[in-house]
Amino acid sequence: MSDVLVLVDHFDGALRKVTPELLAAASRIGNPVAVVVGAPGTAEALAPALAEAGAATVYAAESAEATQYLVTPQVAALAAAAAATSPAAILLAATIDGREIAGRLAVRLDSGVISDAVDVDADAVATQSVFGGSYTVRSKVSRGTPIISIRANSIEGSAPAAAGTVTPLEFSVDAAASATIVAVHTEPAGDRPDLGAASVVVSGGRGVGSAENFTVVEALADALGGAVGASRAAVDSGYYPHQFQVGQTGTTVSPQVYVALGISGAIQHRAGMQTSKTIVAVNKDSDAPIFEISDFGVVGDLFDVAPQLTQAVQARKG
Amino acid sequence: MNIVVLVKQVPDTYSERKLRESDGILDRDATDNVIDEIDSRGVEAGLQLTEAHGGEVTVLTLGPDRATEVLRKALAMGAHKAVHVVDDAFAGSDALQTSAALAAALGKLEFDLIIAGNESTDGRTASVPAMLAERLGIPQVTFVRALEIDGTTLKAERTVDGGYTEVTSPIPAVVSVTEKINEPRYPNFKGIMAAKSKPVTTFSAEDLGLAAGDTGGAVSWSIVLDAAPRPPREAGEKVNDDGSAGTKVAEYLASARLI
Ligand SMILES: Cc1cc2nc3c(=O)[nH]c(=O)nc-3n(C[C@H](O)[C@H](O)[C@H](O)COP(=O)(O)OP(=O)(O)OC[C@H]3O[C@@H](n4cnc5c(N)ncnc54)[C@H](O)[C@@H]3O)c2cc1C
Ligand SMILES: Nc1ncnc2c1ncn2[C@@H]1O[C@H](COP(=O)(O)O)[C@@H](O)[C@H]1O
Repeated sequence: MSDVLVLVDHFDGALRKVTPELLAAASRIGNPVAVVVGAPGTAEALAPALAEAGAATVYAAESAEATQYLVTPQVAALAAAAAATSPAAILLAATIDGREIAGRLAVRLDSGVISDAVDVDADAVATQSVFGGSYTVRSKVSRGTPIISIRANSIEGSAPAAAGTVTPLEFSVDAAASATIVAVHTEPAGDRPDLGAASVVVSGGRGVGSAENFTVVEALADALGGAVGASRAAVDSGYYPHQFQVGQTGTTVSPQVYVALGISGAIQHRAGMQTSKTIVAVNKDSDAPIFEISDFGVVGDLFDVAPQLTQAVQARKG
Repeated sequence: MNIVVLVKQVPDTYSERKLRESDGILDRDATDNVIDEIDSRGVEAGLQLTEAHGGEVTVLTLGPDRATEVLRKALAMGAHKAVHVVDDAFAGSDALQTSAALAAALGKLEFDLIIAGNESTDGRTASVPAMLAERLGIPQVTFVRALEIDGTTLKAERTVDGGYTEVTSPIPAVVSVTEKINEPRYPNFKGIMAAKSKPVTTFSAEDLGLAAGDTGGAVSWSIVLDAAPRPPREAGEKVNDDGSAGTKVAEYLASARLI
């Protein structure tokens, strides 16, 4: 069985949630091989979790410069791993970095790339949800090694546990073609899950009215164990930081439950959330377009409805 | 410093819902094609840098004849000249082919910096800038929300999932900007008049040394097997808040086993 390379998405010494999903997708196509790019020692520390998630082999692409440069170390490591194993496919997370690594790698390997897939089958046929979920498209790479970036939260099932044998991987980064990371600032997400991968998202729009009022949105998100999102109008008005924007030019989310508070449901907002499994909307205007796609709509004031809902959820949790 | 800004013509994201006034039917001719909003921010970023450091902004697009409209728009904003890569042979290009054609065109231009949008609203691959950087063998500094040039060094704040990073890079480099970078200026009357006489150079596939058989949809790196419209979402239950709607939502979520 051919190997399938998975670029391990990790942060602060732990796997990101999407990594086991990528390994699960890889196991449908072939033999999952994890590629860890990081500072020396990273792969050894992640190996038990990767073995549990189905990685037969764990390539350790490690060096001091691996964390210093933007994107190019991962491209170099995957190119080296591809040369070593002639994989049936290469899978990455469809994050900002993942999609760019995929793009650069595709040029380097003269291979086709499919971006932001929501499913992959045993023949590496990828399913994409395009135009904000209006169309479902299935496509296949027709040249070189299929390189596919996969959206978090979209692959079902898991791969059987495997050996997870750590193997060093030689790679070299072209410093002249690389940008240098000087400092990393992670904005404190608190205990809330990642917006893109959360199973519950509660978003606030211009109707929330102010930055202070966003505590109403946060309280409901916390009661539901979800992430907080915002419309562009809320972000532009300075109510909430940009990285929480949901929509066409923000994050695309597809949670089990999406709650829209004071959001009209403009087409560009819907493009980023309309594939959510269940949509709940609260809006004062009964003609707001968000109601066209809501499973449960409340015509009312979010400052009455959201706190009551928060309380009811807390009461149920006991 | 000379800057090339990549601009793309896309269907207006609002126009999908436009109905014909006479009979209320979807008006396809009204599907306006506009400069992608993110690319107008790229033009703005280029103009601000040349205003501070001197030099010229060249706008570059790959697209059909009508894509000259977006070049004129950028020229009206203040860009100095424009390059249009246009040839039927490019029809149906995917991101890899687009980046190959743009890289070939860039090979004929002089630049210290290339600025693109982080993600187009139609293609949405967010990978053309990275592919271009790889083809040109230069750094990429993408998803940038703040940008400054200090001599031959570029300093930027790059948006990442869950925060931002400070990044430096030598130039030339490919920069892609996010919508937080700036508010694009509107062309004024003087700008619109001046744009009419600014130079627009066109390149065909042959001009770029690309064989006709090597470009476009027929020879793309991936093939679409099928595409199906997703069944439209149906509106579900809708209630007016009578003072108990919050509790009702909780009951609804509980009955669907979502809490
Ligand atoms: C190229 C492009 C990209 C874009 N990308 C995005 C994107 O990624 N994400 C995005 O969200 N938008 C995006 N937009 C903007 C989009 O078109 C809308 O302007 C935006 O989504 C509106 O946000 P909103 O619903 O919060 O604000 P509004 O449209 O102003 O709606 C506010 C709603 O709140 C309701 N309301 C007010 N007070 C209350 C209250 N007390 N209780 C209950 N309801 C109340 C009102 O009835 C109204 O329906 C984009 C636009 C363009 C052109
Ligand atoms: N056909 C094109 N002509 C000019 N620039 C383009 C073209 N396609 C993509 N770009 C640039 O690349 C950016 C990202 O596009 P994409 O990779 O398609 O999401 C866009 O915002 C443009 O700046």
